[in-house]
Amino acid sequence: MRHVISLLIENESGALSRVSGLFSARGYNIESLTVAPTEDASMSRMTIVTTGSDDIIEQITKQLNKLVEVVKVVDISEAAHIERELMLIKVRASGKDREEVKRTADIFRARIIDVTESSYVIELTGNQGKLDAFIGAIDADLILETVRSGICGIGRGDRVLKV
Amino acid sequence: MVLTGAEIVIRCLQEEKVEHVFGYPGGAVLFIYDALFQQDQVRHVLVRHEQAAVHAADGYARSTQKVGVALVTSGPGATNAVTGIATAFCDSIPMVIVSGQVPTAAIGQDAFQEVDTVGITRPCVKHNFLVKDVRDIAATMKKAFYLARTGRPGPVLVDIPKDVSMHKCEFEYPQDIAMRSYNPVVKGHQGQIRKAVQLLLEAKRPMIYTGGGVILSDAAEKLTRLTRLLGYPITNTLMGLGGYPASDRQYLGMPGMHGTFEANMAMHYSDVLLAVGARFDDRVIGNPAHFAEEPRKIIHVDIDPSSISKRVKVDVPIVGDVKEVLDEMIRQLESGEARPNPEALAAWWKQIEEWRSRNCMVFRNSDDIIKPQFVIQKLWEVTGGEAIVTSDVGQHQMWAAQYYGFDKPRRWLNSGGLGTMGVGLPYAMGAKLANPELPVACVTGEGSIQMNIQELSTCRQFRLPVKVCLLNNGYLGMVRQWQELFHGGRYSESYMDSLPDFAALARAYGHVGIRVDKPADVEGALREAFGTHKDELVFLDFQVDPTENVYPMVQGGKGLTEMILSAEDL
Repeated sequence: MRHVISLLIENESGALSRVSGLFSARGYNIESLTVAPTEDASMSRMTIVTTGSDDIIEQITKQLNKLVEVVKVVDISEAAHIERELMLIKVRASGKDREEVKRTADIFRARIIDVTESSYVIELTGNQGKLDAFIGAIDADLILETVRSGICGIGRGDRVLKV
Repeated sequence: MVLTGAEIVIRCLQEEKVEHVFGYPGGAVLFIYDALFQQDQVRHVLVRHEQAAVHAADGYARSTQKVGVALVTSGPGATNAVTGIATAFCDSIPMVIVSGQVPTAAIGQDAFQEVDTVGITRPCVKHNFLVKDVRDIAATMKKAFYLARTGRPGPVLVDIPKDVSMHKCEFEYPQDIAMRSYNPVVKGHQGQIRKAVQLLLEAKRPMIYTGGGVILSDAAEKLTRLTRLLGYPITNTLMGLGGYPASDRQYLGMPGMHGTFEANMAMHYSDVLLAVGARFDDRVIGNPAHFAEEPRKIIHVDIDPSSISKRVKVDVPIVGDVKEVLDEMIRQLESGEARPNPEALAAWWKQIEEWRSRNCMVFRNSDDIIKPQFVIQKLWEVTGGEAIVTSDVGQHQMWAAQYYGFDKPRRWLNSGGLGTMGVGLPYAMGAKLANPELPVACVTGEGSIQMNIQELSTCRQFRLPVKVCLLNNGYLGMVRQWQELFHGGRYSESYMDSLPDFAALARAYGHVGIRVDKPADVEGALREAFGTHKDELVFLDFQVDPTENVYPMVQGGKGLTEMILSAEDL
């Protein structure tokens, strides 16, 4: 099963490699991992998307909690939550494709943020499914480059991950 | 007071009441060694290889409650230390390792003797630090000692670049420490403990299974009291030997791959299993699927939540310091009226005694050739069961664990988790320095001893009168045993040709060396070692039966009840 694990970690050098090293050393999957400082610059927030049985997810959260620099761990996918991912995609945009790509971007409420005579860079946010659908909607031959951020997640309503 | 980084390191060690540091100097730690030279509170033990420095500090820690300390230089000094650090990590031993690093400006430049020590050691330490500013040394050292000894203990490494050890700043050792990300649980959950006590009292076939956590938490006394209060059978794992007196009737011997028949059967057929500071290791419960076939309720007490429900599903998890939890269990039992069911317990003990009557530890002694088990029995007799026994890894380790009945904790030091050959002699050095009044024996094999034999020189320099008991069978015995049993008797590279004359080698290092060939001479040689030559290192080279195997045995991947009891079972 797919899980989204959020954690707060001391913003110190090597902290990221402690987390990624834990996953590789124990053979856990990482589908995506994002990390950036929070409003408190001494702490970073990480969102890890992983898959595994309930037993494995339990071990993952326990092992993450055991890391000395990890302040808090929550499996946000256990309850209602929101996931968002950012994608930048560079597509060929010339001739008849130029208008078609623009229309598709509008449908997905994406923004074109760089324009040349032959290409667009399109910015799109949403959950993974929406991003996948957008890629599916564009002719594969037109895609020059894609870059995705991996997801950020947050609990809905009163659920707050804070020290 | 303004001090250099190097002086601060030494002052921190003094503040932590460190008496012995095991180490080896080199370029990156020259300032630290200079500061060490100019004081006499912290004594340095110069080893002959950094691996031994870490093992010796580890042995020092295992035989006491103290944090072991090692000091090594950058590059090869640090990489040589890695095996020692990993060994301590696997057995949760509290240690602080200080390593030198190339100057900060040279980091990442492929400088001479540069390695990414923090990166290399990251997966085998509880935590590590690279100190980039002299003003951070004191707080980092304080954190290192605190992390090493609290919660589930473990080794902590502090990497200090040479320029940082040379810079100066005001020194003040922090009194307190607060880490928002690290707050180990101490007391167990009251409700869970109540549930556990209830379950224990209702048990018909109870069993207590304890591991290294009992030793690390200094909980042997509490464990003994609880076990006697309940009257239940108990087994101590390889890491937990001495947690409960081996000479007591309630003790069933060690469990697991080379455990006793009665301990394994009682583990398997129990209806309530109380696991304390143990982790259901593959060498203890064999195949987890086979273990799970028999329904039983499991209570698991451990300081580390990640140890609970890792290999087997647990019914009553209790996270907390073993000593505190056992204390609370005793309190609840003593203040309540309920007692264990006497009829059920009598029937269970009857069954256990039947298993015990198989006498699985019996071996066929000989008048012509020395049996290794016989040497251990004699070692126990001669030392009155009071020695600290260290071992290396292999057959001799199992025989020492099986035949030297440990009645007290911190008397048995071995590498249980990582299984590191070569730990025995440095462990003995650390143990002897920490416990000069106790006899210290290193039970070893001719394979293992050669992995750190250079330490005979350290023992000479620091006058460490340990007794090396080499069970010399001319084979890498445990490898040979598996090849005999599971690889068609093809002894691939397990025969050690061209062995040195160990007794002569010991004499060359300035020690007493004795070769023993006949069973009749075993006791005399041991008495000589622990008597006449009490204050000298004695190297006893016992020429033992090369064909002897360790039994009972549960083959890897098999279940606990599928034991080979002796060669006749094959």
